[in-house]
Amino acid sequence: MTFVRTIWLITRKDLLIEARSKEILFTTLFFAVSSVLVFAFGFVREGRAVEDAAAGILWIAIAFSGTLALGRAFERERQSETLRALMIAPIPRPALYLGKLLGIVLLLAAVEAIIVPLVSLMFQAPLFTHAWLTLGLLAAGTIGFAAVGTLFAAMLVRARSRDVLLPVLLYPITIPVIIAGVRGTSALLQAEVDLPMARLWLSMLVFFDVVFVTLALWTFEPVMTE
Amino acid sequence: MQKLFVPFAIVAAAMFVCAPFIILAAPYESTMGLVQKIFYFHAPIAMTMFVSAFVCGIGSAIFLFTRRSGADRVAVSAAELTSVLGIIVLVTGPLWARKAWGVWWEWDARLTSTLVLWLTFQAYLLLRRYGGPGSDRLAAGVGLFGMANVPFVYWSVNVWRTLHPKTSVVPTLQPGMRGPFWFCFLAFILFFMLTLHLRTRLEKRRAELEALYLAAEE
Repeated sequence: MTFVRTIWLITRKDLLIEARSKEILFTTLFFAVSSVLVFAFGFVREGRAVEDAAAGILWIAIAFSGTLALGRAFERERQSETLRALMIAPIPRPALYLGKLLGIVLLLAAVEAIIVPLVSLMFQAPLFTHAWLTLGLLAAGTIGFAAVGTLFAAMLVRARSRDVLLPVLLYPITIPVIIAGVRGTSALLQAEVDLPMARLWLSMLVFFDVVFVTLALWTFEPVMTE
Repeated sequence: MQKLFVPFAIVAAAMFVCAPFIILAAPYESTMGLVQKIFYFHAPIAMTMFVSAFVCGIGSAIFLFTRRSGADRVAVSAAELTSVLGIIVLVTGPLWARKAWGVWWEWDARLTSTLVLWLTFQAYLLLRRYGGPGSDRLAAGVGLFGMANVPFVYWSVNVWRTLHPKTSVVPTLQPGMRGPFWFCFLAFILFFMLTLHLRTRLEKRRAELEALYLAAEE
């Protein structure tokens, strides 16, 4: 079985389970929309959002709902010990990690497909004027966040109080990704669009992705081996 | 190390007794005056904290890839020291900032990255404490990521904001200030090594005790 095929089979398994129940997608999406709403009360003055708020709200909503999705996705693997079954299977561990990562990224992409237009509409944020750059920032940011998140959520499957430990571990480590995502997006949203700045943050995000995925692939095996 | 412990402890204690006098004798900084003296404690502790974080990260990496429990004991001791030193840095920093910049806290690169580093090691300790069995290896993963993350946090916050004096301040210190600074740094590094040694030994004793209990039960 080739490496790429293994990755695809694991992703496909996750997507199939998700497609049947749609549990994570719906709960995460609703949570993302509610957190956007909660932020609106904090950052809207006299009917308009404070300057720069939209980018922050968007990324915090992604980070929060991402944490929720990660927790749920691996809770599912914990029931009936299916993660252990995957670990026993004669497949390369990096393929297992990448398969889970791809599944999470696709799930978050589905959530983002709803909340990005929503934030754009509700906060008068012109997110679609430079659609390709926005898309690049979102994709690179989501991959970076999910790369660390998948590793931590997978290793916390065996730990106690995993629900609260996941965000506690995840947020300090993903701060570079959040900063780059928020600053890059807000460079696109300000009155005078700062394209070179957005490109700089995008390239930093891509760099973070490479480092985080490499590190995670490197540590996945020793961390997961019991 | 065991034989050297007492003499080193005496040297460290003597250095800490001398430190206030040496700092007092150092020249006053032209704009900040007396307040600037906190620098002789603040900066060396911050440097020691980063050393401690790297010790923890390297210990974690060694434990993760070789399964040597000695490395894990060093890592957990260093993580606790990072946390304690971090509290001192995060208290002395705002005290100085209040006088020098007029605010307690600024979202500046060094301040933010120190806070993030400190939070990472808090997370490491929380995981070890509440993670249940097997959390030592999970924590090692966090320690390794935490260490690798330091330059990225620093770099990204640096592009975001910068206000704190540059680290290039240290080599350009005037001679009267350079002496006390490195004296304090040495004192703190020595102190760090001694406490790390003590803490690691405590952890080793604890592991031995646990093994004895297990043996007695069987």
